[in-house]
Amino acid sequence: MSERHILKDLDQERRLFLSRLLIGSVIAVALVGVLVARMVFLQVSEHAYYTTKSDSYRIRTMPIAPTRGLIYDRNGVLLADNKPSYNLTVIKENAKGMQESLALLADLINLAPEEVDKLKVRLKRRAVPFSPVPVRMNLNEVDIANIAVNQFRLPGFAIEAQLARHYPQGELLAHALGYIGSISEDELENLDPVNYEGTDEIGKMGVEKFYEDTLHGKVGYEQVEKSASGRIMQVLSRTDPAAGKDLVLYLDSKLQKAASDALGDFTGGVVALDVETGGVLAMVSKPGFDPNLFIGGISSADYNRLNRDAERPFTNRALSKTSPGSTIKPFLGLGALDTGIRTREYTIRDPGHFQLDGVSHVYHDWTWWKDRNGHDIVNLEKAIYQSCDTYFFDLATDMDIDTMHDFLAQFGFGRNSAVDIPQAGSGVLPSRKWKKEAIGQPWYAGETLNSAIGQGYTEVTPLQLATAAMLMANHGKWHQPVMVKRIGLNGEDIARTSDYPDIKLKNDDDWHFIGHAMSEVIHKNTGGYHNTGTAFASITENGKKPLAYMMAGKTGTAQVKAMAADYKATKQNESSIDEEDRDNALFIAFAPVENPKIAVAVFAEHGLHGASAAGPVARAVLDAYLLGEDGQLKPEYRPPAVATPVLTASAP
Amino acid sequence: MLTPESRKYTGTVGAGLERKRSWSQRLHVDMPLLFALTVLLGFGLLVLYSATNQSMVEVKRQLIFIGIAYLMMFGVAQFDVRWLRQWSPWMFLGGVLLLLAVLKFGEVSKGARRWLDFPGLPRFQPSEVMKILVPLTVASFLSRKLMPPKFAHILICLAIIAVPAGLTAKQPDLGTALLIGVAGMFVILLAGMNWKWVGIALLIGMLAAPALWIFYMDDYQKNRIHTFLDPEREPLGAGWNIIQSKTAIGSGGINGKGWLNGVQSRLDYLPEGKTDFIVAVLAEEFGLVGMLFLLTLYIVIIGRALYIAGVAQDLFSRLLAGSLALTFFVYVFVNIGMVSGLLPVVGVPLPLVSLGGTSIISLMTGFGILMSIHTHRSARLVF
Repeated sequence: MSERHILKDLDQERRLFLSRLLIGSVIAVALVGVLVARMVFLQVSEHAYYTTKSDSYRIRTMPIAPTRGLIYDRNGVLLADNKPSYNLTVIKENAKGMQESLALLADLINLAPEEVDKLKVRLKRRAVPFSPVPVRMNLNEVDIANIAVNQFRLPGFAIEAQLARHYPQGELLAHALGYIGSISEDELENLDPVNYEGTDEIGKMGVEKFYEDTLHGKVGYEQVEKSASGRIMQVLSRTDPAAGKDLVLYLDSKLQKAASDALGDFTGGVVALDVETGGVLAMVSKPGFDPNLFIGGISSADYNRLNRDAERPFTNRALSKTSPGSTIKPFLGLGALDTGIRTREYTIRDPGHFQLDGVSHVYHDWTWWKDRNGHDIVNLEKAIYQSCDTYFFDLATDMDIDTMHDFLAQFGFGRNSAVDIPQAGSGVLPSRKWKKEAIGQPWYAGETLNSAIGQGYTEVTPLQLATAAMLMANHGKWHQPVMVKRIGLNGEDIARTSDYPDIKLKNDDDWHFIGHAMSEVIHKNTGGYHNTGTAFASITENGKKPLAYMMAGKTGTAQVKAMAADYKATKQNESSIDEEDRDNALFIAFAPVENPKIAVAVFAEHGLHGASAAGPVARAVLDAYLLGEDGQLKPEYRPPAVATPVLTASAP
Repeated sequence: MLTPESRKYTGTVGAGLERKRSWSQRLHVDMPLLFALTVLLGFGLLVLYSATNQSMVEVKRQLIFIGIAYLMMFGVAQFDVRWLRQWSPWMFLGGVLLLLAVLKFGEVSKGARRWLDFPGLPRFQPSEVMKILVPLTVASFLSRKLMPPKFAHILICLAIIAVPAGLTAKQPDLGTALLIGVAGMFVILLAGMNWKWVGIALLIGMLAAPALWIFYMDDYQKNRIHTFLDPEREPLGAGWNIIQSKTAIGSGGINGKGWLNGVQSRLDYLPEGKTDFIVAVLAEEFGLVGMLFLLTLYIVIIGRALYIAGVAQDLFSRLLAGSLALTFFVYVFVNIGMVSGLLPVVGVPLPLVSLGGTSIISLMTGFGILMSIHTHRSARLVF
C-alpha cells in the first residue's frame, strides 16, 4: 500500500465513521427522550395513582378486635371471661425453610401432620400478603418455652398473645351459656364483615349466640406503617375498639351446681325458673361437655368423641322433648274444672282399668301392675295426688282433644315461649288440626285417652314443664322464660312484658284447688297406700326428712317403649329392662306453695319413676334455693305476715 | 506492530510540541469527563446511603471500590492506546482462556458460574473484562483493514465477538453476553458496515428469535419476558420488583420525597434497591428533578466520550472510543428502561451508581482508555 492511498482512505474512513457516530448519537438522544418521557409519565401523569399505591402498600389498617363482653350469674359470679392465650403464627413470606421449621416444630411441640395439613389449607386461603396465619392456638407453657428457645431456627414463626374466651365452670354451664367457636362460612355470609374484621370466633350456641351482637362490641382500627416483611414500623393513628357489653344472667351458679349434683349420674335435664320474672335460675343437661374445647377450634378427635358418644352430650336435655306423662294431669284437671267438664266433687270408682264403649282395648291404670285393685273412689284431688290414670281416661271421654289443646296451649305447650333461648324445642300439643297436618290422619277417640295421661303424641320440654309449673304457681300470670337479667354488671334489670296473655279462669279459686292437690302429691300422708301422695315416700323419705316449706309437685313417668303382654312381669322386675327402654322419670314442682318463688322441672332419662328418680332431685333444687344455712326457709322467702288462706295441708 | 507511518508521526511531532501541552494532558486526564464522573459517583453514593438504609459500612465499601476504580482509570490513561492495540490479540486470547477457566473452575453463585477466585488475587468476573477486550480487539482488527469493512472481515469480527459472548452465555449470563455482543457490534457498525448487511442481519435475528425462545432460553429467562409483558400476572412473585419500582418512581413525583425519605426502599418493598433497582430509590427521593439531573450527568459523560471518539486521530481509537461511549449509553438505557418498566428485567446495574465493585472498576477502566485516547495525541493531527 502506498502512503497516498492510505491518506485518501483515512479521510474517507473518518467521514464514514463520523456519519455513523452521528447516527448513533441521534439514536441515543432519541432514546434519552424516551426515558425522559417515561419518567414524566410515571412521575407527573401517574403520580397520584402511584402515591395511592405506595400508601396502600405502606399503610395498613389493622383491625383491633373488641374485647368480648363477660357473662356473670345473678350474684356476680363470673361464668365466661377472657384469658390471655398464646398462639403460634407464621408469616409465609418470611418463613424461609418452612419444611425444616415444621419438622422442627413436630419435635418441639408435637405438631401433628393433621395440624400441618390444616395450616396448609389456611395458608392457601389467606388473602392478604404478609399476614400472620395461626399454626396452633392456646400454647401451653412448655410449648412456649420450647419455641422461644428455638426461635432463631424458626424464621417467620412468632408467638402472639390474644384474649381467648374461657369458661371457668366448664362443663357445668356448657348447655346454659353455650360457647363460641371459629366463624363458619355460613356465619361469615350473615355477619357484618367490617365489624368482624379482627374477630375469629362467634357465639355458636346458647346465650353466647343469642346475645352475640351485645357481647361482641365494635371493632377498632390501627393505622400502621408496615415494612414489606410485615414488621410494624410505626403506628400512625388508632381508633380504640368498643368492648362488648357484659351480661348478667338470672342463673344462680350455686343452684346450677346443686341441680347438677342432685341429678347425679342420670342423663337428663333440670330447669328452674324464678316465678316472679320467668328468669332461668338453673338449666342443667347431662352429660355435658367442656365448652373450653371449642375455643381456638375444637380438635377433630375431641369433636368426634363427643359427637359419637352414645349419651349425646351435645343434646341439651333441658330443651329436648319427652312425653310429659302424668305431669300433664294438674293442668288438664284445671282445664276440666274451668270448662265445666268436671266438678271438684265428681267421683269415679276406679277398678284399675278402663275401656271405651265398643272398643276391645283395655286402658290400665298404673296401679294395675302392682295390685290390680285400682284407686277405688277417686275425685279430682285424689286423681292428682294419687295420679289416677283411670280418672283421666274417664275425663277424656268428655273432653274433646281440641278443648284439651286450647286450654293447655295457654301454658306454653306446643311452642317455644322463651325470650332468648331459640334453640329450645317446641314440643307437640296434639289437636285434630295438628294431626291432619303432621300425620295426615283424622283423630281417634282412643288417642284422646293417651293424651290425657301425657302419652301418645304429646311432647314437652323440661323448660315448658317448668314454665307451666311457674304459671300454676303464679295463678296464670305469664312471664316468658329468659336467661339475661340485665346488660352491664351495674345496669338496670331489663323490664319485660309477656307476649302471652295471662290465663284467666272462670273461678280463680281453682288455682288454689289444683295447687293444693299438687302439694298433697308431696305432703299427703294420711295412712294407707291410697291416701298418700305419690311422691311422699321418695321426697320425704317416708317422713324422715320433713320439708321446711310447703312444696307443690307432680310426678310423671313417661313410657319409652310399649311393653308386651308380659308387661306386668317386667314391671315387677324393673332392673331387668334394658336401660334405654326404661321409662323416663319426670317431676314438676314449685315452692313455697303460699308464696311461690321457684318452679322446677326435672327430667331423668330412663329413670323409671317420676317419684323416685326425679322427685328427690327437684327437692334438692328447691332446698338449695330456698333454705338458708340453718336449714330454715330464708327470711325473704317466708310467706307475708298475712298468709293467703290457701291450704289445709295435711302435715307430713 | 505499528505501521511505519504511525511510528513516524509519534516520533517526529510529539516530541516537538511537548511544551504546549496543558498539565491535565500531561497527567493524561480529561477534565470535563473527570468532573462529570466525579459528580455522578458522588451523587451515586448519596443515593446508595439511602438505599442501604443508611449503612456506612456499605457506603465505605463502595468508596474503596471507587478509589480502586479511579486508580485503574488514571493508570490505564497513562498508557498510549496504541500500545493496547498492539497487545490486543494476546489480551483477547488471555481473556478467552479466563472464560474457559470460569466454566471449569468458577465459583457457583445463584445457579451460575461467573466468578474466578484465584488464591492471592481478588475475586473477579472475566466476562466484565471482556466488555472492554471485545471492542478493543475488533477495533484493532478492523483498523488494519480498508473501510468500509468487507464481508469476510465482518465474519471474522463476528467470530471474535461470538467466542467470548458464547462462553459468557454458557455461565449462564445472558445479560452480560448480550452487552459484550453489543460492544463488539458497535465497532463494526461505526466502522461503516454496509446498511444492506445490517438489514439482513436484523432480519435473520428476528427470524431466529422464536427458535431462540424454544430451544435456547431457560425458564427463568422466559419468565422475565412474561413478567415484563404482564407484571400483574404474578404480583407477589416475579412481578413484584417491577410493580414496586414503578410505584417508587411514580410516587416520587416532580420534587421527590426528599433524601432518606423514600418509603418504598426504607420499608424493604424494593428488592435489589441498592443494586440493579437503585434508580427507583433515586427517583422516589429526588423526583423528576433528580432523574433529569442524573440523565444530564450521563448525557455530559456520553457526549464527551462521543466527542473524544469524533476527534480521535486514528481509526482504532475512534472505533474503540465510539463503541465504549455507545455501550455505556446502552447500560444506562437498559437499566433505567427496565426499572421503569419499558424493558424486561435483565441484570444490568445502573452504571457508576449501583452497589458493586466489578462494574465500577471495569467502567472506569473504559473511561481511562477514553482519557488515554484523548491525551496521547499527535499535535499535527489536532483539528
